[in-house]
Amino acid sequence: MAKIQEAWSSRLGVILAVAGSAVGLGNFLRFPGQAAQYGGGAFMIAYFVSLLIVGIPICWTECTLGRYGGRFGFHSTSGIFHALLRKPWGKYLGVIGFIVPVMIYMYYVYIEAWCLGYAVNAFSGRLSEPGVNYGEFFGRFTGASGDGVALHFGLGDVGIFLVIVYLLNFFFIYRGITKGIETVCKYAMPALIAIAVVILVRVLTLGTPDAAKPDQNVMAGLGFMWNPGDIATGLKNPQLWLAAAGQIFFSLSVGFGVIITYASYLRKKDDVVLSGLTASATNEFCEVGLGGLITVPAAFMFLGAAGIVGQGTFGLGFNVLPEVFARMPAGQMFASIFFLLLFLAAITSSLSMLQPGIAFLEEGLGIERKASVALLGLVTAIGTMFVWYFSADLKALDTIDFWVGTVMLFVQATILIIIFGWVVGIEKGWKIAHEGAEMRIPDIFKIIIKYITPAFLVAIFVMFTLKNVFGWNFSFSAAEFNPTGYVQDLVGDQPNHVARLSVGLIVIMTIFSLLLVNIAGKVWAKRDIIEKENH
Amino acid sequence: MTTGGWINLILSVGFVTVLFVWCIWRVLRGPKDPAKLAHIEPLDEDEAERR
Repeated sequence: MAKIQEAWSSRLGVILAVAGSAVGLGNFLRFPGQAAQYGGGAFMIAYFVSLLIVGIPICWTECTLGRYGGRFGFHSTSGIFHALLRKPWGKYLGVIGFIVPVMIYMYYVYIEAWCLGYAVNAFSGRLSEPGVNYGEFFGRFTGASGDGVALHFGLGDVGIFLVIVYLLNFFFIYRGITKGIETVCKYAMPALIAIAVVILVRVLTLGTPDAAKPDQNVMAGLGFMWNPGDIATGLKNPQLWLAAAGQIFFSLSVGFGVIITYASYLRKKDDVVLSGLTASATNEFCEVGLGGLITVPAAFMFLGAAGIVGQGTFGLGFNVLPEVFARMPAGQMFASIFFLLLFLAAITSSLSMLQPGIAFLEEGLGIERKASVALLGLVTAIGTMFVWYFSADLKALDTIDFWVGTVMLFVQATILIIIFGWVVGIEKGWKIAHEGAEMRIPDIFKIIIKYITPAFLVAIFVMFTLKNVFGWNFSFSAAEFNPTGYVQDLVGDQPNHVARLSVGLIVIMTIFSLLLVNIAGKVWAKRDIIEKENH
Repeated sequence: MTTGGWINLILSVGFVTVLFVWCIWRVLRGPKDPAKLAHIEPLDEDEAERR
């Protein structure tokens, strides 16, 4: 009798899967906007410092803990912490590793549907018709203009695309690690990079698109993005450090519970050091090397600085860029492949968000793949319907993204790094990390992982909370606190009912997850007793 | 685009590109999988029990 255990089929496959999980919309939309906003020089210094002391160390940590947990047959964060800590409370520490990917999936798949919808609409020519109001199109397509307005199923509506991406995601996740996730990433990641290179060549060869505006040329566009500005002043700005560290943190998907789950399907002697570094490097190449040269320079060339400043991630991607492509030679084709690129980046990420949930349900409740896919499909569908209906100003999406996709993520990453450096112990963790390793991690990272990364993470989290929750004005001498919209929406004079409902959904999901962890703990405890008796 | 902008661009894009190419090169020239796995890894019942 042989028991079937899933595993990756190739090393490149797992690297592309981890990289695919990390490469998302943020690489092509959020990063360039942040770098341009804070001035290229100081931002990039803070960005690379954060990469070295937060991004890469946590990636190694997650890979190591995940592979170690996989030896005991666990693939979820809760299960891995149970095996690692051997304490009744251990499994509860990992609950965020279930909540975060599942709840992020609920709204991320909605954004993924926008990407596919925009790609199809661009291909059909609808986005390049004369007189299109892109803000209006975005408001109607995404439902940002009012609750319930996106609940339609025409070609110019999000509904049909949401159904398609939902079916695609669950089809591939049902097929499993190798036939599903690995297969998709093996094709999607090289395709994504190839498309990005094609668009990059197009952008860099645009010259001066409008002869009447000679200042808006390719060099000026690159300068807008990369000119260093006042580096010394920039580095003294805590908001810049917060933005740079946040970008690294969210871009690499550390703390999601995804990398730890993916690594748990590795074998004992599979390398995690070089593989983790390669996945991080792939993400950085897509973000800095491709994303940094495409979106902002292109937008500047056609719309000037005024067209970019103040645009968030969605504004840049779904309002500004369609207009840029409409003015570009062969813009219809480039718009189609650009949104296809975003869709590929999104689907490799959304698939990764489902796997921790699937793994937890299967090993915690002892259910088969069909049942786990059905249960997770039902839970995530409820959340996605909620985000889809309560779409005015994207309030539900934004609220869940803030409390789950940002705050909980910080907490989970801090737990991970503390467990590795202080609970497992840096020397033991080092030894486990280097089993089967094809390169050595420089010893300086022992100090970084044990002291600097946790301290940096906590400092950034405190600063983030002070700014984004309590509304600190970043002044020590004349500190002022004006609670932000995220707090005002919940307990302010004029609370927002959608924000309150969204937080209610998070609370219900957290209670539901804790109950599941409790049930899983009983299953695992029985298993532990059987193991002890056998030895 | 100022000289500082060029330096910033070349250092940033150069660093991530070199790191990416070096990593991929190391992965591709590294040892091949000792046994080409199928999409599943069958385990002996004993080993599965230990897990």
